[in-house]
Amino acid sequence: MAKNKIKIEHVSKIFGPKPKSVIPMVRDGMSKAEILKETNHTVGVYDASMEINEGEIFVIMGLSGSGKSTLIRCFNLLNKPTDGAIKVDDENIVKYNASELRKFRQDKIAMVFQHFGLFNHRTVMENVEYGLEIKNVSKEERQKIAQDNIEIVGLKGFEDKYPEELSGGMQQRVGLARALTNDPDILLMDEPFSALDPLIRRDMQLELLDIQERLKKTIIFITHDVNEAFKIGDRVAVMKDGKVVQVGTPEEILESPANEYITDFIADIDRSKILQAENIMFKPNALVSLKDGLKVAIKEMKENGISSVFVVDRGRHLKGIVTIDAAIKGVKEKKTLEDVLDTDVSVVKKEEYVNDIIPKALESKFPLAVVNEDNKLEGLILRVHVLSGLVADDVEESREYHGYMQNNEVNE
Amino acid sequence: MGNFPDIEFKLGDYVEDFVNFLDEVLEPLFDLIFFISSRFIGAISDVLTWIPWWVFIILIFLLGWYFKSILSGVFYAVFIFLVGTFGLWEYLMMTISIVLTAVIICLVIGVPIGVWMAFSKGFSSVMRPILDAMQTMPSFVYLIPAIFFFGLGNVSAIFATLIYALPPVIRLTELAIRGVDPEVIESAQSFGSSRWQMLKKVQLPQALPTIMAGVNQTTMMALAMVVIASMVGAKGLGEQVLISINRIDIALGFEAGISIVFLAIIIDRVTGGVADKFQKHRRAK
Ligand SMILES: Nc1ncnc2c1ncn2[C@@H]1O[C@H](COP(=O)(O)OP(=O)(O)OP(=O)(O)O)[C@@H](O)[C@H]1O
Ligand SMILES: [Mg+2]
Repeated sequence: MAKNKIKIEHVSKIFGPKPKSVIPMVRDGMSKAEILKETNHTVGVYDASMEINEGEIFVIMGLSGSGKSTLIRCFNLLNKPTDGAIKVDDENIVKYNASELRKFRQDKIAMVFQHFGLFNHRTVMENVEYGLEIKNVSKEERQKIAQDNIEIVGLKGFEDKYPEELSGGMQQRVGLARALTNDPDILLMDEPFSALDPLIRRDMQLELLDIQERLKKTIIFITHDVNEAFKIGDRVAVMKDGKVVQVGTPEEILESPANEYITDFIADIDRSKILQAENIMFKPNALVSLKDGLKVAIKEMKENGISSVFVVDRGRHLKGIVTIDAAIKGVKEKKTLEDVLDTDVSVVKKEEYVNDIIPKALESKFPLAVVNEDNKLEGLILRVHVLSGLVADDVEESREYHGYMQNNEVNE
Repeated sequence: MGNFPDIEFKLGDYVEDFVNFLDEVLEPLFDLIFFISSRFIGAISDVLTWIPWWVFIILIFLLGWYFKSILSGVFYAVFIFLVGTFGLWEYLMMTISIVLTAVIICLVIGVPIGVWMAFSKGFSSVMRPILDAMQTMPSFVYLIPAIFFFGLGNVSAIFATLIYALPPVIRLTELAIRGVDPEVIESAQSFGSSRWQMLKKVQLPQALPTIMAGVNQTTMMALAMVVIASMVGAKGLGEQVLISINRIDIALGFEAGISIVFLAIIIDRVTGGVADKFQKHRRAK
């Protein structure tokens, strides 16, 4: 289990002249709109609690105005919470004095902004080295580190350009390099890719995942785009009207949305790009080993009411598939299991996205075999399941349409 | 009867008392200001008169070329040459010294005040009416306390010029600092900048183009004060205009007048050009 890096405990942020006075009202259940009308205070975030693990990408998503920015800005105290505690490495940062806060910001946390927040009077290099310059690192050393990070984000050769001379995507790379240069433990990203067009955004997402793979930061990432959230988030928090309504892995949220709001939210999501093969496969409880022979195969199929069964060797490596028809015919003709084995099975990896296995599912005349990284058989996917994974309804229903594995337990 | 009743409030007397009081109490300060600014003007005019005339013309050409275009450079050089042919070279140098000194002092005083106003709402609301008054009060009025504090001469002229020309640089500095993109401020904060680092490395550089626009305005206003300031004994082109008025000398009046116009054009274009250069790498907002 990964270690907790950040713990948010009952954090509230209220905007207005006397924010503390409003807390009891929210506690008594007054809505955000009522409070605004009666007291002229805006509830930015109310009673948010969550734990963020070291090295994970934690996504906060929600509609516009739901308080995402307000919350993320509490992490580096650009917003000072009205109430609650924020513990980073078990220290409550809300209690920091000015110099402790400066130190914390210089060493532990960095932020990437939606509209980049670049210094347009400085070149790319000067932007990237800014954080170190603030810490009085010598020019030589900071430029060396800055150069490394400029290369990490793929901006080599642009060091002396001004931000204005770069495209949006490149500007955000500068923002990312600038944040990385401080080598922070925690990276805050407030809708960093929202201002970019879709193609560039996709590249940047992939690149972020790539960089994360290497650097293993704790990343808090904000987006209002569900697809983006589920694509890059290890875990996702959903916010509504200043409250955190659900926290979980993308699969957990997809499988059991906490309420209507989340259901609506994920309605337009393209599930095929989030769900992986392992999310829609089930475990074969009928499996036949090569040495078992034809008779056993027929028995297994009959007992389980299925029309074909996968055949594996002792190490659970897939050998092929045998259908009930071929098996019965084989017994009559005194053939062995190996003789009637059909090896024309489509194999997919556990972590392949459903989106990517659609073509295979459409072509294959048998169920797809799902294997793990050691090529061991883990499960199988029916064609209909691939397609039903695309519509928002549950996978379970579709099972009834298909007589294939009716009696099987489903691996969830 | 429509006569105003016999009620008297001698505001002017009180102001006079106040100025007297200031003169007494702040004498050391005024002496210091006098000392510094007279030295300053002296130094600048020494340098300007030491430079050979043709070097100066080439410098003007280069300035025009660098900040505007080669054609502008040629024009400016011709302008300056013409002033020389009018026999007004020394006066031109004197005027430039006074204007330069006034502008530099304006910046030294004005930028910090503007920055402070940007940071403090209270200070800003106190300063605003004062700045309004400074700008709308007829500029002749400043001449009186100026003479009182500094006697006749260039320093009085600078003092009067300062009061008149200071507001734009203060206002534009405040505006510029307040106008820095909040996301940029936040990004600087998020890296743990101290207040001073923020001001020095982010806010002032970001504000510079706008501040330069203020410098341009301030310079033009300082130049506009040249003739008026000559009434308290400022030397230079303004003095020549004043003399020509007294003597009803159309020729001298025109030559001195057109020289001031030439100078105004050059200063305006060059400082404007400097502002543009600063603007170059900025987002159009
Ligand atoms: N500085 C502020 N002063 C007053 N109210 C604020 C302030 N900042 C945010 N709010 C209010 O807090 C609420 C949450 O805003 P926030 O910016 O956190 O939303 P968001 O989820 O980031 O939305 P978006 O997707 O549009 O960025 C909004 O009602 C907003 O008006
Ligand atoms: Mg936001």
